Amino acid sequence: MEDERPLIHTDPEFAVAETDVHVIEGSGTVIGTSLWKDAWRRLLKNKLAVFGLIVVITITVVSLIGPLIIKAATGYTYDFIPNNVVLIKSMPPLTGPEGSFSWAHPMGTDNSGRDLLARVLLGGRISLMVGIISTMVSLIIGISYGAVAGYLGGRIDNLMMRLVDVLYSLPYIILVIVLLAMFRSKTPVGQLVLLFIALGSVSWLTMARIVRGQVLSLKNQEFVLAARATGVSTTRIIFRHLVPNTLGPVIVYATLTIPSVMLTEAFLSFLGFGVQPPLASWGSLAADGIQNIGIFPWQLIFPGVTMALTLFSLNFLGDGLRDALDPQMRKA
Amino acid sequence: MLRFIIRRLLVTIPMILVVITLTWGLIRLAPGNFYSGEKKIPKAVEKNIREKYGLNKPWYVQYGRTMGHIVRLDFGDSLKYQGQSVNTIIARSLPVSATVGILAYLLALIVGITVGSIAALKQNSKWDYASMALAMLGISIPNFVLGPLLVLLFSLALYWLPPSRWSGFPSRSVVLPVLTLSAIYMAYIARLTRAGMLEVLRSDYIRTARAKGLRERDVVIRHALRGGIMPVVSFTGPALAFLLTGTVVVERIFALPGLGNYFIQASLNRDEPLILGIVAFIAMTLLIMNLLVDIAYAFLDPRIRY
Amino acid sequence: MSKSKGKLLEVRDLCTYFETEDGTVKAVDGISFALERGETLGIVGESGSGKSVSNLSVIRLIPTPPGEIVSGEIIFKGQDILLLTEDEVRKIRGRRIAMIFQDPMTSLNPFMKISSQLMEITQLHLGYDKSRAYNHAIKMLETVGIPDAAERVDSYPHEFSGGMRQRVMIAMALSCEPELLIADEPTTALDVTIQAQILELIKKLKQDTGTSVILITHDLGVVAGMTDHVVVMYAGKVFEQAPTRELFAAPGNPYTKGLLRSVPDPTDEQGKLYQIPGLPPDVAHLGPGCPFAPRCARVEEICRKEFPPFVQLNANHFSLCHFAGDVFDESRKESDSTIETEQ
Repeated sequence: MEDERPLIHTDPEFAVAETDVHVIEGSGTVIGTSLWKDAWRRLLKNKLAVFGLIVVITITVVSLIGPLIIKAATGYTYDFIPNNVVLIKSMPPLTGPEGSFSWAHPMGTDNSGRDLLARVLLGGRISLMVGIISTMVSLIIGISYGAVAGYLGGRIDNLMMRLVDVLYSLPYIILVIVLLAMFRSKTPVGQLVLLFIALGSVSWLTMARIVRGQVLSLKNQEFVLAARATGVSTTRIIFRHLVPNTLGPVIVYATLTIPSVMLTEAFLSFLGFGVQPPLASWGSLAADGIQNIGIFPWQLIFPGVTMALTLFSLNFLGDGLRDALDPQMRKA
Repeated sequence: MLRFIIRRLLVTIPMILVVITLTWGLIRLAPGNFYSGEKKIPKAVEKNIREKYGLNKPWYVQYGRTMGHIVRLDFGDSLKYQGQSVNTIIARSLPVSATVGILAYLLALIVGITVGSIAALKQNSKWDYASMALAMLGISIPNFVLGPLLVLLFSLALYWLPPSRWSGFPSRSVVLPVLTLSAIYMAYIARLTRAGMLEVLRSDYIRTARAKGLRERDVVIRHALRGGIMPVVSFTGPALAFLLTGTVVVERIFALPGLGNYFIQASLNRDEPLILGIVAFIAMTLLIMNLLVDIAYAFLDPRIRY
Repeated sequence: MSKSKGKLLEVRDLCTYFETEDGTVKAVDGISFALERGETLGIVGESGSGKSVSNLSVIRLIPTPPGEIVSGEIIFKGQDILLLTEDEVRKIRGRRIAMIFQDPMTSLNPFMKISSQLMEITQLHLGYDKSRAYNHAIKMLETVGIPDAAERVDSYPHEFSGGMRQRVMIAMALSCEPELLIADEPTTALDVTIQAQILELIKKLKQDTGTSVILITHDLGVVAGMTDHVVVMYAGKVFEQAPTRELFAAPGNPYTKGLLRSVPDPTDEQGKLYQIPGLPPDVAHLGPGCPFAPRCARVEEICRKEFPPFVQLNANHFSLCHFAGDVFDESRKESDSTIETEQ
């Protein structure tokens, strides 16, 4: 008994203090909400962001199922060229070949008599797909790179970030243009894959920086220490513990990257380096449309306005997300 | 500061060489070449051409030769535009692109900073909402949509401005290309300025300035603006890279004989010397402009000293 | 025009509210205090008590979208500041009433030289030309004890240490020889040793120039050494006001007593640190009774139901409490007995 050393002092002077913090009557109860519920609530309050969300979802849905409906109703697809030579010409919206009113082509036709609505919807599919997949490519690369750099820290981090700095100051777009010009894929699908990679490799840099910054500030927090103390491997710590906590800024940046990537794809297609015929994206449709801008302006206006509307909504959504996840930036 | 500049310049040169090498690599790796057009060239002619351009030598010899010339700033003659040296072409087309680009960015700065500042000062007012909505529109309308729409409106409908003719700076032919190019940057800068100013206006030193009895005008212009435009200064670096690509599109739309247009043509034609020449020039311009932006940053923020 | 009997500043029933998402925050709800010429008034309170807001209201620096001075009078040398136009108030700010703030790190413009920041005040208010303003700036820096003033006047704020920056702030504030200096927690962000220096500086400048001072702080030690009168604020109201010595010797309010008890006493044998239980209330949702009721040691039913009266204990001593008189009597007895035991 004599060698037993008490772990806690029994001297009353060193006794653990009684805490005085207790719920005061009348101060009201605090309802805990998780970060995500809170952010979602704030997002819904932002009318512009909700508007953006609705429009984006609408356009996505229409792009996905619209072509099927049109094909079922009228038989038109994006590459359907009519057999009747008379019909191979540009027609204004809601007009038939003789100039009379017709429901056949709500957006008119292009030079080859193809239904513009079907092509705009296809453009939507392609543009959105490119936007999303390329963003995901840049997300995967950027998150991995940034998280590893941030967590490992020290010299490795330094080196990795120097590389990012160097790459950042390169004229990426120029190289991408040269790449696409030189390596014209034989198939339209092949070209798409090329685009995914090329576009994805443009935006991962900023993502890497963001993620690294977040990881740097998170890694010294206690939950990381706890994970390490219980022997969790480094990889697991990085991907299962740290990355989920960086999701806030990542989501915001991703939502803002999608329109930016779509814009890049659009202008690449516009210049002829992007999506190849018979496929179409909004950018290539715009390029086609400019040819006849004086006589048939709708060939440019329809794809152009649709694209602008989509980007508009995505930007509002991205802004709204940023405000919702970061309350300090709020207006009042 | 001087050491910083020298260090940066020393890093810049290898980077330009890296970019040129990458470009050269891409061109050479790609299947086909300048001469693989639709026309079939007789074998004998092809052999002559290969000898003339040294295409029958191993790749590293060709690379060495090319780079050797390039470091002496000799990019050779364009393959497509017979008899014209790449340097001549660049010299001729640069002023066009530079004019449009510089005017566009200046316009964007003036309009953007003003609109953004006013929006910040009148936060949540109608002016604020309206200008930010307009800015959002500016970011969302691609320039290849905006350009033709402007042409539609101002040239074809109103006959005010010429659709696509280039008469140099002080002429009306400058207006539409510059506006088209400038729009998206006006929008970005307005938003950045608003955000920057809002942040600064909340800070303690602005409260001090007001407590000193300064007029609101002085508080904004003398005190707030310096800090508020910092995001715009940082933005200028990456903005320049995008400005380049924007110029390319604008030159295509308005058929301007600028650097961008030549670049696209050269890429489509696989005109290797011209491609390398333009790429080198662009890379150099970008890197130097980035350096200038960093120096400007140091000037504006006395806490930063290299 | 009401007579203010030679008082420099008299605040009457000032109410400043803020509209927030959570409701109307009554940051300052009907406070009154006065300052005589040449006096130093201390305003004490915890965070959120309204002490800063009340003083920002004096020079009308409340950001107006969320905040608004709803009612009251602020009589400065016979004129009600709340009735003046914006231009007229601006002429008073910096010239006749000057304010210095808590954090000298962020209160100076990092992008401007110190000289410019000093010069613009005298150029604006006193019409000095450039060279006169420049020399005056150097002189002010010397007055506040910055060494090598003539060389350092063209530096930037980040080249100074925290204590130096606060001296620069004081120099800026006193440039036009204002009649009133409001110091909002001037030493809270500084090291303890620097704190003493800054307070001494303020004291000395006050003696030299005759400026009256309002000193806002949460630190009772600062109040004891520097002030003539004290106002104790809580939840946007004045809970007690008295001459400093009397407040410390015989407080008439349980809150004040609690504050005084919270000051650690190194000579105390007990060794336990006292703290007032609980947390300051949510000023957007106050109950009908005394705001301090949830935390008060001698709370009774009436405290929770009815708002306490503002009791006058003697000529200069007031307390907001249902039992002000009792508390005051107890305090006097305690201090008498302390004096007895000390003798």
